[in-house]
Amino acid sequence: MASSAQDTGIRIKTEVKVQAANAGTGESAISIDEVNLSYGQNHVLHDISMEIGERQVTAFIGPSGCGKSTLLRCLNRMNDLIDDVSVSGKIVVRGQDIYSPTTDVIEVRRRVGMVFQKSNPFPKSIYENVVYGLRIAGINDKKVLDEACERSLRGAALWDEVKDRLDESGLGLSGGQMQRLCIARAIAVEPEIILMDEPCSALDPIATLKIEELIYALKERYTIVIVTHNLQQAARVSDKTGFFWLGRLVEYEPTPDMFTRPKDKLTEDYITGRFG
Amino acid sequence: MERYHFEEGLGTIKQRLLSMGGHVEERLTEAVKALMERRQDLAERVARGDHEINQLQIEIDDRCLKLLALQQPMASDLRFITAAMKINADLERIGDQAVNIAQNALKVINQAPLRPLIDIPRMAELALRMTRDALDAFVRRDPELARQVLLRDDEVDNLKDHVFRVLLTHMMADPGTIERALGLILISRNLERIADHATNIAEDVIFLVEARDVRHQNPEAKE
Repeated sequence: MASSAQDTGIRIKTEVKVQAANAGTGESAISIDEVNLSYGQNHVLHDISMEIGERQVTAFIGPSGCGKSTLLRCLNRMNDLIDDVSVSGKIVVRGQDIYSPTTDVIEVRRRVGMVFQKSNPFPKSIYENVVYGLRIAGINDKKVLDEACERSLRGAALWDEVKDRLDESGLGLSGGQMQRLCIARAIAVEPEIILMDEPCSALDPIATLKIEELIYALKERYTIVIVTHNLQQAARVSDKTGFFWLGRLVEYEPTPDMFTRPKDKLTEDYITGRFG
Repeated sequence: MERYHFEEGLGTIKQRLLSMGGHVEERLTEAVKALMERRQDLAERVARGDHEINQLQIEIDDRCLKLLALQQPMASDLRFITAAMKINADLERIGDQAVNIAQNALKVINQAPLRPLIDIPRMAELALRMTRDALDAFVRRDPELARQVLLRDDEVDNLKDHVFRVLLTHMMADPGTIERALGLILISRNLERIADHATNIAEDVIFLVEARDVRHQNPEAKE
C-alpha cells in the first residue's frame, strides 16, 4: 500500500515549477492548527498545533504509537488512503489549506514528497526510477529527463556511485543506495517539502551517516520533516524537535534546547531513556 | 568519515579557544608590563577584567555542551570536547590571575621600588610561554610540546620559593616594606598558579592525543 501511495504521490502536472526561493528561514512552511485524528472510535491525535519552519529539518520523536507517523502522514494526506479515518483541524502548506474540499490531492503529494522506512524502488532501471514521476506527468523529452535524472541523483548524493550504470535495475543497489535512490525519485518532481518516515531504520551505520549528511545538505533547498525512533538521529540532523506522547505534542523546541534542557518532565524522562 | 557539520563544530570550538588564549595572553602581558613599567593606568585597565574572555568562556562551554548532546562524540572526538571544556576553564582562570596580578601591582607601584625585579619577570616569561606552548600543543595535537610544558612547571615553582624567601628577609628587616613585599609575593603566587593552569592544559593535550592520563605522576613517568 505504501508504494502505491507513493505512485500517486509523485504524479505531477505537466509543468514542473520550482517554487520561488523563499530563502528566509524562520518562516513557516507548514502550519498545523488544532488537528485531531481518529481511526474509527480510536482518537489518536489530540489538538496538535505547530509551525514547521521553512528550510529546516523538523524531527518528530516519541515512543511507538504516540502518533508521530500518523501526523506525518497527515501532511500530504496519506491518511486518506486508510478506511475510517477522520481528520479535523487545519493544515496549511505554504498558504494552501490541504484539507480544503477544493484541494487537488495529487498536487499536494507532488509538493509534499515522501520517503519511507523501507526503500521501495520500482523494478525498473535506476534511470527510470528517478524520472518515473516526470514520465507519468507526461514528460518524455529525453533531454529534460536526462537533466532531471542527473540533478536528482546528484542532489541525493548518489550520482557518482551510479552514473555508469543508470540502466541497471534499481533493485541491485545496496540498502543505503536504494534509500538514496528513493530520495532522488522524491526530489525529481521538485517538491517543496520532503517527509521522511524512519528513513534510516533499515540501514547500517555508514549508510545512515550518508543519509544524515544528505538530509543536512537537502535543507538548503527543501523543508524536511522526519520521524525517527532514533533519538540520536533527531539530535544530529534536526533544527527543531517535537516530542509526542499518547497522541499529544508534549514539547516542541529548537533541538539544542530539547536535548540540553527540556522543559517538560516527560520529555526529560524520554530522552534520558527512563521510559519509552 | 564525512560528518562535515560535526567537524565544523569541532573546528569552531578550537578556533574560539585560540581566540580566548590570545586575549588571555594579552591581559597577562599587560599586567606584567604595568608592574614592570609602573604604569597605573594600564594596571587599572587590566584590573577591571575582560568582558570578552568571560563571553568566550560561556560560548565555548555552550558549544561543547551542544555537540555532546547532539552529536554523541566518541573516542578522540569525545576526548577533544572534554579537553576543550577543561582548557576553557583553565584559560579563564589564567585570565583571572592576570586581573589579580594587575590588582596586586597597583599596591606595589604607588610606592618606592623595593628592589630591582628579576625573578618575577622571569616567572612571567615562563608562565606566558607555558600557556602559549600548551595551547600550541593543543592546536597541533603535539604531545611532545605538551611534555616540555610539564617539565617547566618545576622551574616556576622554584622561582616562586626563591622570591618568597628573599622578600621574607626584607619584611623581617624592615616592617615598612611589608605591604610592597606582600604584593610581590602575591604576584609570584599568581604567576605560579598560571603555570599550574598551563600544566593542566598540557596534561589535557596528552590525554587528548594519547588517551593517557598523566596527572599526579612524577615527571619521569609522564614521558
